[in-house]
Amino acid sequence: MAVIYEKSKGLNERALTYCPGCTHGIVHKLVAETLVELDVLGRAVAIAPVGCSVFAYDFFNCDGVQAAHGRAPAVATGIKRCAPDSIVFTYQGDGDLAAIGTAETVHAAHRGENITVIFINNAIYGMTGGQLAPTTLIDQKTSTSPFGRSQSAQGLPIKVCEMLAAIPSSFYLERTSVHDVPNIRKTKKAIKKAFQYQIENRGFTMVEILSTCPTGWNLTPVDSMGFVKDQMMPYYPLGVYKDGGAE
Amino acid sequence: MKTLMKGNEAVSAAAIAAGCKAFFGYPITPQNEIPEYMSAKMAESGGVFVQAESEIAAINMIYGGAAAGARVMTSSSSPGIALKQEGISYLCAARLPCLIVSVMRCGPGLGGILPSQADYFQATRGGGNGDYNTPVYAPNSIQEATDLVQKAFNVAEQYRTPVMVVMDGLLGQMMEPAEIKPIPRFKNDTDKYATNGESGRRGRNIVNSLNLQAAALEQSNLRLAEVYKEIIKNEVMYESTVEDGDELVIAAYGTPSRIAQNAVAELRARGIKTGLIRPVTLWPFPDLAFQSLPSSVKNVLVCELSMGQMVQDVRLALNGKLPVHFYGRTGGVIFEPEEIVEKALEIAGGGQ
Repeated sequence: MAVIYEKSKGLNERALTYCPGCTHGIVHKLVAETLVELDVLGRAVAIAPVGCSVFAYDFFNCDGVQAAHGRAPAVATGIKRCAPDSIVFTYQGDGDLAAIGTAETVHAAHRGENITVIFINNAIYGMTGGQLAPTTLIDQKTSTSPFGRSQSAQGLPIKVCEMLAAIPSSFYLERTSVHDVPNIRKTKKAIKKAFQYQIENRGFTMVEILSTCPTGWNLTPVDSMGFVKDQMMPYYPLGVYKDGGAE
Repeated sequence: MKTLMKGNEAVSAAAIAAGCKAFFGYPITPQNEIPEYMSAKMAESGGVFVQAESEIAAINMIYGGAAAGARVMTSSSSPGIALKQEGISYLCAARLPCLIVSVMRCGPGLGGILPSQADYFQATRGGGNGDYNTPVYAPNSIQEATDLVQKAFNVAEQYRTPVMVVMDGLLGQMMEPAEIKPIPRFKNDTDKYATNGESGRRGRNIVNSLNLQAAALEQSNLRLAEVYKEIIKNEVMYESTVEDGDELVIAAYGTPSRIAQNAVAELRARGIKTGLIRPVTLWPFPDLAFQSLPSSVKNVLVCELSMGQMVQDVRLALNGKLPVHFYGRTGGVIFEPEEIVEKALEIAGGGQ
């Protein structure tokens, strides 16, 4: 019988631990497929953050490291500098990357570390129960912004691609979404480009992926996809923010 | 051949001689000569040098470098080591070897940049979370520092643990003749644990400190405790000049032990039979050196450049068997041998 579809060899047999309707599974699949297609799975090192994807080291079929909260880009720096033939990626949420680990993110980009960051922006702290993140939208209610985020109290949501684009040494930055099939395909392309640049030793690459958190948002999976499209995308425009390799 | 070397440069040179492959650090006085030396010499020896954006980033780069299977080293001083402690806890839990050199300055807070031993607790107890220990070596000369740095790398890899070498600022900043005598390198089978992107060749490795299952995490803590038991059994180092008939024992480590040596000579000249115990490992602590003292010993005097930290370990070791006295100076003030002699005479006269 012809095989039409099978699980990527970049993922192992472990069942994912994510909530129903969460898009982590889609992004895991895209990263895993990319590593296989670029033939670098056997050279890859996955660095998991603290957050919902804390177990990511268990799912990818390559070397895996669990890092302290926010420190994944520093851990990635240590690995890549000491094992330059490895293909190193961090997989981080918005609390990990844009709050407690902002310094590590900014300075890995600033040094032009030859690593790839997969940044999951779902506008909330998922793992700890839906608290306010730096990326939480204005008026969005969370467990620590019960009346909605206000600009006067919590400031405007942080735009990571825009921020890192201002850093001279960052090489490739793109924001994508996985709320529908065309955008999932675009996300795959972006991830592949980022890893291709890493293989070519071009420098710091990051793909920011607008993602869902039905549990933290108190929305159904379908409504969550709508939230990404209608609420997140207007504030976080999709697109390439920097491409040092563009013709 | 011996050459005149500054302490901080000597430990750096010894680390490179021991095959240190990467240095990640952050500037802080009084240890700046270490990253400065490394920034030049690592380039010459084909190694890695990164000046990190923070102490926290530096220790996490160490976590990454050690995870990649490399011999890695960082150095810092008191407030900087405080910032590294979360990372040290993770390194212990994930069983990653590395060398951390701590050149102690005065605290608390920003304190001052003068020599101190007020970070004995920081080194031996640690401020990271969870049940962990780190072997801690405390040299008292630049020659010994170059020997212990090399040994520290071996011990780190043998037991898969971070190891600290603590020097008071005196040792970091002063110059002495020393010779780097290479020692055999521990054969570290990094294929067993390293996440260096070679899973295609040897299968997957995972570096991790997370375990949400109570029973499994307890097992992992018990395994760690077994490692610590082995270290306690095999790695204790100290020097003792205590003889039968001695009435007073002075205990001191690091550079102050050399000041105490002069005090001991003076006391003996004055007819007070005195011996010196110098712990070289602060953890594991040389309990036996104190527990096996001859019955002639009536008092123990602990001298430190702190308000009294190692003195607690001496009291724990003796468990009430002998009176334990303390003399210390802080803030960068260094005691003279005469001060120790005076304190010792007070004790010998029956004072507390």
